[in-house]
Amino acid sequence: MRDLAKEILEVLEENARATPGEIATLVGLSEEEVGGEIKRLEDAGVIRKYMTMINWEKIDDGYVYAIVELKVSLHRDKGYDAIAERISRFSEVQSVRLISGDHDISFTVRGKSMKDVAFFVTEKIATLEGVESTCTHFVLKSYKEHGVILYDRAQPKRLVVTA
Amino acid sequence: MTNGDIGAGKKRLAMEKPALWRPDSHLSTTVRDMPPSGIRKFFDIVVGMEDVISLGVGEPDFPTPWHIREACIYSLEGGHTSYTSNKGLIELREILAESAKEDLGLDYDPEEEVLITTGVSEAVDLAFRATLNPGDEVIVPQPCYVAYVPDVLLAGGVPRPVATRLSEEFKLRPEDFRDEINDRTKALVLSYPNNPTGAVMTREDLEEIADLVAEKDLLVISDEVYDKLTYDGKHTSFAQLEGMQERTVLLNGLSKSCAMTGWRVGYALGDPAIVGAMTKVHQYTMLCAPTMAQVAAIEALRRGEAEVMAMKREYDRRRRLFISELERLGLPCFEPKGAFYAFPSIVGTGLSSEEFAEQLLKEQKVAAVPGNAFGESGEGFIRCSYATSREEILEAVDRIERFLADLAA
Repeated sequence: MRDLAKEILEVLEENARATPGEIATLVGLSEEEVGGEIKRLEDAGVIRKYMTMINWEKIDDGYVYAIVELKVSLHRDKGYDAIAERISRFSEVQSVRLISGDHDISFTVRGKSMKDVAFFVTEKIATLEGVESTCTHFVLKSYKEHGVILYDRAQPKRLVVTA
Repeated sequence: MTNGDIGAGKKRLAMEKPALWRPDSHLSTTVRDMPPSGIRKFFDIVVGMEDVISLGVGEPDFPTPWHIREACIYSLEGGHTSYTSNKGLIELREILAESAKEDLGLDYDPEEEVLITTGVSEAVDLAFRATLNPGDEVIVPQPCYVAYVPDVLLAGGVPRPVATRLSEEFKLRPEDFRDEINDRTKALVLSYPNNPTGAVMTREDLEEIADLVAEKDLLVISDEVYDKLTYDGKHTSFAQLEGMQERTVLLNGLSKSCAMTGWRVGYALGDPAIVGAMTKVHQYTMLCAPTMAQVAAIEALRRGEAEVMAMKREYDRRRRLFISELERLGLPCFEPKGAFYAFPSIVGTGLSSEEFAEQLLKEQKVAAVPGNAFGESGEGFIRCSYATSREEILEAVDRIERFLADLAA
């Protein structure tokens, strides 16, 4: 049994600009069927946004990025969701995850300078109720993001004609 | 030195005139008379050309998945660089026997009925050499991969090409070869999913062939290297048909499914007598398949499933894209159901396959392979591989469109 939603999403995940007509050709459906399915996936919140994968390092955006890990103590009536959602609201924060291991929550943050990020963490995050400790790792270089390799390397060439 | 000496020397030269060195006379006549592969010519044209888009390549455009390459590197670091047993690493043979059981429901003894070869190409050669006596005939349905006919010849056999037809979607039908069978006919080659046509044979299609094979007591050499790249439904192996397992030498490899063409690792499954005979030839020619490739193959078979499926899904998307574009251009093409080739007809252009492919390459820098390279019955077609990025496919189609417009003008 084919999972058409998944097939459509695979195409879109790789190329947000793929039109319903193009997707229809690739998965073997009509344009209307694809359009309808995409609408359904958008309404259901499966598709959240159509984005562009940018290698900001190439144009030197001037931002610094950090991964911050938190240890959190929970209160009886507040689970991890409460604090994770609270952290998510900051526009500086790019992703928030509940994790296993030594820490409980990991998030990434973007700032104009190391100082900027450090102050954000100490002032806005460390002071939140339930946060026991923070551990900030500044990102020095990014090699792969969202499944896309960011470094340039020439691919070996294939022969042009083979049997 | 005296004049007399010189004269004597001259005399000696005249008396024992050495034969003029003619390397041709030292060649095997079988090899000398063998035409070079039909794609050879295109290599020569393509040399030095820039900006060529290739639909001419019979291999995946993906590099081998990293975990497979990494496993090989790790084994090299560990010093696994010796010969393996002639038959190949037992671990690999066991995995292959397990997957034959799982995927096909067939039992093969990893000790006696599995042989690891240096690519499927070697396995094809071994199968012929192990089974043919001089003058034995082999039915070779065409269009097909370029090696079967020369390999039969090299084994001292007589290839009997038979044509499959577009009207039958290039499936082999019993009537295509029934009349070609005689007392000397020993074997039938099957290669589905097919290179170059993209044809597949369903279980029902194969059953018709099996009846004739049993009736005429033929051996079947079944090259199923594209088995994982079957797009509608599941691949059926000829060996799965009732009573056919012992008659079938099942050949396969990881080149196409796992994007491992350069590693050269294939295998043969079959009757212990035949696999044993193949192993003898293998032992005296190849000794064993490359050890590092065998190690990589173990990793590929153990943990490669997800990537194989992901690559297959992408080929399937490209297949749909390319076929719909060919339709738009008005190049008639049946929908290929396997492998990664489309085989459109170019008869409507009035050009021969070679003229079409050569002019397309020279004028629009798109490389495709003329259908007659795969046998006479491939005349009137060109083989286009869609194992290339969608961007390249679309650019190639644009160029073919311009080429066709120029032809029509």
